[in-house]
Amino acid sequence: MKNFLQVVTFSLLVIASFAAYASFGIPRIKPAPPPVEEKLDLGAMTMDQFIAVGEKVFNGKGTCTLCHNSMGRAPMLDKVVSISDSRMKDARYKGEATSIVEYIRESMVKPSAFVVAGFGKAGSNDSESPMPDVSGGGIGMSEAEVLAVIAYLQDLGGVEVTVEIPTDVPEESSDDEEGDGEARAPYESAEAIIEELTCGMCHMIGEEEGEMGPDLRTIGALRDKDYLRRAIIDPNAEIAEGFDADMMPDTLGDDLSAKEMEMLVDYLAGLK
Amino acid sequence: MNICYKRIIYGALLLALFALILTPGIVPGTDAGFAMAADEVQVADIAADATVADAIATDATVAPAYPPAPKLTAADYPTIKGINSRIVVWIVAQLHLWFAAFVLAVPIFVFIIECIGMKTRDQRYDNMAHEFIKVSITAYSLTAILGGLLVFSLVLFYPDVFRYMSTIFKESMFAYALLFFAESAVLYIYYYGWDWLQGGNKKWVHLTLGLLLNAVGTMLMFQANAWVTFTMSPAAVDAAGVFNGDVWAAIHNFLWNPINIHRVVANVAYGGSVVGAYAAFKFLSAPNKEARAHYDWVGYNANFIAICALLPLPFAGYYLTAEIYAYSQQMGITLMGGVFAWLFIIQAVLIGTLFLSANYYLWCGMGRSDGANRYYPYLKYLAIVIVGAFLVWFTPHTLVLTNGELKSLGGPYHEYLGKFGIMPAKNTAVNIMILFTALSFVFYRRCNKISTVSWAPAGNAAVVALFVAGIINILILGVYYGYFTNTVYKVAASIPQVLTTLVIIVTALTLDSFMYKGAKEVAPLHWGRVSNRSQYALFLLAVAFTWLMGLMGYIRSGIRQHWHVSGIFRDASVDAYTPDLSFAANTVSVATILFMAMVIFVFWLAALSTRKTDASKYWMGQKS
Repeated sequence: MKNFLQVVTFSLLVIASFAAYASFGIPRIKPAPPPVEEKLDLGAMTMDQFIAVGEKVFNGKGTCTLCHNSMGRAPMLDKVVSISDSRMKDARYKGEATSIVEYIRESMVKPSAFVVAGFGKAGSNDSESPMPDVSGGGIGMSEAEVLAVIAYLQDLGGVEVTVEIPTDVPEESSDDEEGDGEARAPYESAEAIIEELTCGMCHMIGEEEGEMGPDLRTIGALRDKDYLRRAIIDPNAEIAEGFDADMMPDTLGDDLSAKEMEMLVDYLAGLK
Repeated sequence: MNICYKRIIYGALLLALFALILTPGIVPGTDAGFAMAADEVQVADIAADATVADAIATDATVAPAYPPAPKLTAADYPTIKGINSRIVVWIVAQLHLWFAAFVLAVPIFVFIIECIGMKTRDQRYDNMAHEFIKVSITAYSLTAILGGLLVFSLVLFYPDVFRYMSTIFKESMFAYALLFFAESAVLYIYYYGWDWLQGGNKKWVHLTLGLLLNAVGTMLMFQANAWVTFTMSPAAVDAAGVFNGDVWAAIHNFLWNPINIHRVVANVAYGGSVVGAYAAFKFLSAPNKEARAHYDWVGYNANFIAICALLPLPFAGYYLTAEIYAYSQQMGITLMGGVFAWLFIIQAVLIGTLFLSANYYLWCGMGRSDGANRYYPYLKYLAIVIVGAFLVWFTPHTLVLTNGELKSLGGPYHEYLGKFGIMPAKNTAVNIMILFTALSFVFYRRCNKISTVSWAPAGNAAVVALFVAGIINILILGVYYGYFTNTVYKVAASIPQVLTTLVIIVTALTLDSFMYKGAKEVAPLHWGRVSNRSQYALFLLAVAFTWLMGLMGYIRSGIRQHWHVSGIFRDASVDAYTPDLSFAANTVSVATILFMAMVIFVFWLAALSTRKTDASKYWMGQKS
C-alpha cells in the first residue's frame, strides 16, 4: 500500500506540475472567438472608408497576411495592380479577366487561374495555387468584402481606385472577430478609443506620458491622415526614427470598425 | 534466411493482401459498386414519390443524393443543465483514445516478443508476452465501453454532427462494427488459446492469430482515423458539404495517411510506456528477489519498446505537420503560430521529459553490470548535451510581455535567446537529442560485453567518426540554412537533418550488432539490481506520455477552430471557440487522472486473476 500511495502521489505531482506550467509558466493568451455578424452600411460609406474596410479584411478576416508577407510564403501584393496587365497576357494565364479589377477578383476566388512562378503547390509545376477561394470555406468573404479588398489593393498600389462601392447588395454583412462572441457597443469618441486601447501606455497623448512610442500630442501637424491610418493598421510599415519595430500591436485595425477608425484618424489629424 | 523469418514475412504478406482485398469489399464505394448503390437509393426514393419522378423525367437535372452540411444555431445543440457537453465529449473521447492506443499497441509488441521467444526458445519472452496481453484484455473491455459512451455523447449533444458524419461514413461505420467483432473474436482466441496453442505447428497458428489481431486492429484504427481526419481535411464533398458518394475518397482524405503513420508509431511508444509503468509497480511491490528480477527485466523491455518508437516519433510528427501545411497553409499557420505556438513550448517540455526520463532509466540500468564502470565518465557529457538540447527546444521565439518588460528588454525577442526560438534551432536540438539518446543505448548495450572481433578498434573509430560527421552536418544544416538563407531553405534543411540522424542510428546500431556478435560477457547483467528511483523514471514516462497525447489531441481538434468540419460545417454551439491553453491543460490533467484510476483498476484486475483463496471447507465433500 505504501508503494501504491507513493506512486500515486508522484504521478499526481507530475500531472500538477505540467498543469501548473501550462497555466503559469507561459503567457495566458485568449484565442480569438469565432466571427460574429457585423452590418456594413455600404450606402453611407465614402471610398476612403470602403478602402479602410478592405484593409481591415485584408489584415484580419481575410487572413491574407498569413502568407502574403515578407516571409516569402506567397507573392507580395503591394504592386499587384501594376503587373496585372502583364499577367493576363502571360501564356500560362488560364482565366477570363479583362480588367485589373476582374483579374484581382479572379485571383481571389479562382487562385489557380494564374500562379506566380515558384508559388504553386508542390508537384503541380506552378499550375495549382495553394491559396483557397476566399469567398468560401474558412474565410468566407462576402462580395462587398472582396471588392473592398480590391479597392484597398488599388489604393496600396498607388493607382486610381476603379472599384465601385456596391449599392445593389441588399443587406451586406461582414464577419468580424469580436470579444466573447458578442458584438461590443461602438466607441462614441476618439478619446474613448484611446483610453480603451491604452494608447497612453506607450505614447504621449492627452495627459498620458508613455515614452515607448512617438509623441502624439502634435502628430496632426507632422503627419497626414493616410499616414496615421496606415500607422494604426500596420504599425511596422514605417517606423518613426528612434523607435523599434514590433513594439506596437498590429491588431488595432482589426478591433475597430471603419467608422471608429476614421473617427480616431480625424482626431489624431486634429492634434496640432 | 532462417525459415522462421521467412514464415513470418510470408504470413505478413498474406495478411496485407487479405487486408487490401477486404477493405474495398467491406467499404462500398471504393469501386463502381457504391456508385450503383447510391443510384439505387436514389431510384427507390424517386419511385416512392411519383411527382418527383415525373419532374426528374422531364428535367435532366437530378436532385443531389446527399444533403449539404447543416447550418446550425446554438438552439440546435441539446443541453443538459449543469453539464458542459464539450467537456464531456472531450474527456470521453480522450479516455477512449488512450485505451484504444494502448490495446492496439500491446498486440504489436506482444507479437514481436512472441516471435523473439519462438526464435530464441527462451520461455521468459513467451511468458512476458502472455502477461502483457493479459493486461490489455481488461483494457479492451474498457475501450469498448468508452467507445460506446463516446457515441452516446455525440448523439446526445451533437446530433446534427453525428447525423452528417454518419451520412457520409455509414458504410465505413458498419464495417467498423464488423471489424470490432472480428477483433474481439481474434483477441479472445489469441489470449485464451495461449497455453493451448503451444509448441510445433500450434505455435505457428498462435503466431498467425497474433498477426491477424494486429491486421484487424490496425484496420479498425485506420477507419476511425478517417472520420477524424475528414473533419480536418474533408474530401469528396463540395463547398456546401454535399457528399459526392465516393466514400473511399472521403476516407482517403489528405491527412488520413499522415495521421495513420503518426498514430501507429505513437501507440507503440505509448503502449510500451504504460506496460513499463505496470512492470515498475510490480517491481516495487515484488515480494522476493526473483519477482524483482523478473519485473526489472520486463520493465527494461517495455522501456526499450517505448524508446524504439519514441526515436522516430518526432519525424512522424514533422511529416504530419508538413502535410497539414501542404493541405492548407492557413491551417498550418494556425497550428504553428498564434496561441498554439505556446503549446509547442509545452510540448517541448513534455518530450524533453520523455527523453530525459528514458535516458535516466538507461543510465540507472547500466548499474546492473559492473562492466558499466567503463562508460560512467561519459554519462555526464551525454546528460549535458541532452539537457542543453532540451533547453534550446523549449526556448520561445517571441515573448508576450507587459509594456514595462518590453521596454526593459528592448523588444519582444531576447537579443541572444531569441535566436534559439526559431525552428532551425529546434530541429537541430531535437536531432542531437535523439542521437545522444541512441548513444546512451549503445553504451547500455555494450556495458556487460567486450567485442572479440579483430576489427573492433576500426569499428569503434567508424562509429565515433559517424557520430562526429553526422553532428557536424546537422549543425551546419541548422545554422547555415537556418540563419543565413531564406525561409524556403530553413524548412527544407530539416529533411537532410532527419535523414542524417536516421542514417547515423541505423548504421551505428548495425555496425554495433556485428561488432558485438559473439562478444565476450565480462560482467553479467544482474536483473533486479537497480534502484527504486529508476522505476520512477518509468512512471514519469507513462504519465508524461499520457498527458502529452491529451494535449496534442487538443491542438489536433483545435486547429479546426470554429468548424465541426473544416470550412464546410460550422460550429454554432456556445462552445464554438478555442479554449485557452490553461483550460485545455486542466481538462487534460483531469482526464489523465481519470485514466490513471482506470488503468490502476485494470492492473488490479490483472493481478486479481492470479489470487486464490483456499475454500475447501466450504464445498460439500471436500476436507481441508
